[in-house]
Amino acid sequence: MSSNNWDVSDYENWTPEEFPVGMCALAGGKAVEYITGSWRSMRPLWDKDKCTNCLICWVNCPDSSIKLQDGQMVGIDLDHCKGCGVCVTECRFEALRLLPEHCDEVKCSEGPVLDEAAQPSTMNPEV
Amino acid sequence: MSATLTEIRWHARAGQGAVTAAKLVAESALYEDKYLQAMPEYGPERTGAPLKAYTRVSTEPIEVCNNIEHPDVVIVLDETLLKVEDVAEGMNPEGAVIINTMRTPEELRADELSALPSSVTLATVDASGIAVDTIGRDIPNTPIVGALSKVRPIVAPDSIKGQLVKTFGKKFAQEMIDANLASVDRAYEEVRSE
Amino acid sequence: MATEQRTIAATGNGIVAEAYRQIEPDVICAYPITPQTTIVEEFAKFVAAGKVTTEFVTVESEHSSMSACIGSSSAGARTFTATSSQGLALMYEELFVASGLRLPIVMVNANRALSAPINIHGDHSDVMGARDTGWVILFAESAQEAYDQTIIAPRIAEANLLPVMPTLDGFITTHAIARAQVVDDAVVKDFVGTWKPEHALLDREPIMVGGFANLGNTYMKIKAAQRVAADGALASIKTIADEWAAITGRPYDHVEGYGLEDADLVIVILGSAAGNARTVARDLRASGRKVGIVKLRTYRPFPTAELAAALSRAKAVAIMDRSDSFGSFAGPLALDTMAALYAHDLHPQIRRYIYGLGGADVKLEYFRHVYDDLEASLSGAADPGLTYLGID
Repeated sequence: MSSNNWDVSDYENWTPEEFPVGMCALAGGKAVEYITGSWRSMRPLWDKDKCTNCLICWVNCPDSSIKLQDGQMVGIDLDHCKGCGVCVTECRFEALRLLPEHCDEVKCSEGPVLDEAAQPSTMNPEV
Repeated sequence: MSATLTEIRWHARAGQGAVTAAKLVAESALYEDKYLQAMPEYGPERTGAPLKAYTRVSTEPIEVCNNIEHPDVVIVLDETLLKVEDVAEGMNPEGAVIINTMRTPEELRADELSALPSSVTLATVDASGIAVDTIGRDIPNTPIVGALSKVRPIVAPDSIKGQLVKTFGKKFAQEMIDANLASVDRAYEEVRSE
Repeated sequence: MATEQRTIAATGNGIVAEAYRQIEPDVICAYPITPQTTIVEEFAKFVAAGKVTTEFVTVESEHSSMSACIGSSSAGARTFTATSSQGLALMYEELFVASGLRLPIVMVNANRALSAPINIHGDHSDVMGARDTGWVILFAESAQEAYDQTIIAPRIAEANLLPVMPTLDGFITTHAIARAQVVDDAVVKDFVGTWKPEHALLDREPIMVGGFANLGNTYMKIKAAQRVAADGALASIKTIADEWAAITGRPYDHVEGYGLEDADLVIVILGSAAGNARTVARDLRASGRKVGIVKLRTYRPFPTAELAAALSRAKAVAIMDRSDSFGSFAGPLALDTMAALYAHDLHPQIRRYIYGLGGADVKLEYFRHVYDDLEASLSGAADPGLTYLGID
C-alpha cells in the first residue's frame, strides 16, 4: 500500500477507519505535492552574475527551495518557497534580494535590496 | 491467621544484614516447598539507623502483604535496640524472641526484658562472636539464622546451608562459603534457649 | 495441560526483569527511578553478559526515555521501558504521543506516590495520573501476576496497536521476595513471537509519522479511531490472557471476585492490597458473614460490564482507592465503579475510602472496619463521605 502514488486528495471525507492507524502517512516526500508558494508575500530574486555558488542559501533554506543541478545553484523553487528571506539574509554577495510578490521581476530588478524591517508581515492566520 | 503461617520480625541496625537474613530464611523455605515472603521496612539507608524487616513462611500461599504486627518470632541483631524500642510489641504470647548477645536469657529477663511474658520463649546467641570467629567480621545475620532454625524449626539447617551455597557460590571463594556454613552450625549448637 | 514450570523465590522487580529477558525486546530505553530501578538494572546485566541481544539505550531523563521509545517503536522495533512516580509524570506528554501514534510500547510501572512531600513508597497516584492517556493499564496483586501480565503485554500492545503499562505496587510487590513460577524461555519466546509492524519508519518504502491535524475534524476522527481501539482491547486482552493461562494454568480475568456467589457486602480494590482484603473476607466468611471482594486486573480499558456483573447482587459496595482525585467526589477507581453501576442501573449503598498513600501500611483491621461500615449502611447509617483510613 505504501507508495508515492498514495492518494490523499479526498482525506477530508475519510471515515476514522479509512485513516492509516495513528495517522501515519503511507508515503514519503508528500510535502512536494503541497504547493506552499502561494503563501508568499515576498519573493527572492536571484542574481546569477553575483552568485559565487557558495550554497549558504541552500544550507539555510528551511523549505529546500534552492534548486541545484550537478552541485550548481540554478534557481529558486517558487512552488515551495514561502518567501521567508533567510536566503537573502545569509547571502554574503548580494546575489539574493527580496521583492514584493506582486512586483514585476524586470521592472523591479534594479530596485533596492529590501531589508527585514521593511518587509510586510507574513503572519499566516492558519498556523 | 492460618495456623501454618509463621511470621518473623527482625530488629537491627542498617548494615547488620537483617534484610539479607530475612531473605535468606524466605529463600531457604523454598527448599522445603513452602510459601514465603520477605521484605524490609524501607527507609533512607543510613548505616546504624534502626530498621525492621519481615519474613513470612507458610505451607499455604501467602496473600497478605502488610507489615507484621503480631510476630511469632522476633529476632534482634543488635542488643542496644532493647533499650530503644519494645521489640516484643504485639507479639504472639506463645512466640519466641532470639537476641544476638553474650548474655544469657536469665540475665536479659532480669534487665531490659523484665516485662517479657513468661509464655514467650527467650533465646540468646553470641552471633557476633561466632561471626568474628568463623567469617572474620561482625556480620551476625548468617549465624542467627542457624539459631532460628534451632529455636523454631521453620527451616532446616540443611535448607539454609543449601541456599547459602547457592547465593555465595558464584561470588565467593570456597573458604568464605565454608566459614558461613560453619557459622550456621555453631549458632545452631550454641544458642541458649529457655 | 499446563507447561512445566520452575518455582523460584524472587522480588517483583526481579521476576519482571526475568520476563523482559525471556521476551528479549529489540530495544529498551530506560532511566532509573526508585522503586523501578532494579528492573532495568537487572536487565542491563543481562545485556552486559550477552544473555540478550536487546539494544539498551541509556538516556538522561524519563522525558527522553519515552521519546526514544517512540522513535524506536516508530522504526518498527519491539520496544520496552520501565518507570515509576516522578518518572512517569515527566513522561506525561509523550504518553499521549505514544498512544496517539498507536505505538505498541510496553512499560512496566512500579506504582509509587508523587511529590510533595517527597515519598518513595507505593501507592497509585502516579499510574492514575496516566489513566486517560490512552495506554492499556494492568494491575498486579503479586509478583506472579506481575510476571504473567508482563509476558502478555507485548501481545496485547501489538494486537491492538496500543501502548501497554503493566503495573505492580512499589516496594510492597517490587521489593518483597515471594514464591512464583516461571516457564521456560522457549515457551515465552514462542508465545510472544516476533514483531513486524505493517508500516514502520525504517521500511524500504518510507512513511511519515507525527502528522499534523489542526483544522477540520481530522483530529476528531483519529481520536474516534483510538477510542474504538481502546474499547476493542478489552476482548483482545482476555483472548491473549486466556492463551497464556492455558500454558501456565493461571487464569486471568479483567475482574476477579471472591465470595461473590452470596456476598451482600463487597470491597472493590486494585493491586497488592487485594490479598489483605481477601484474607479478611475469608476470615469473616468463616464466621458466617456474607462478604466478598472484587479485584480488577485490567483498569484501562475499564471493564465496565464485567464489573457491573460482578457487583450485580451486592447490597453495599466499598470502593477503596490508593490515590485521590482531589476535589472530585471520590478516588478514580470509585468514580469509574460508580459510572459502571449507574450505566447498568445498579444502586447498592456506596462507601468511598482512600488508603495506603505513600506506602502507609494497609492493616487488616481497616477491612474489618470497612465491612462494618457497609453493614451499617444497610441499616440506614448516613454516608460519612470520602474517608481516609488509618489517619486518626
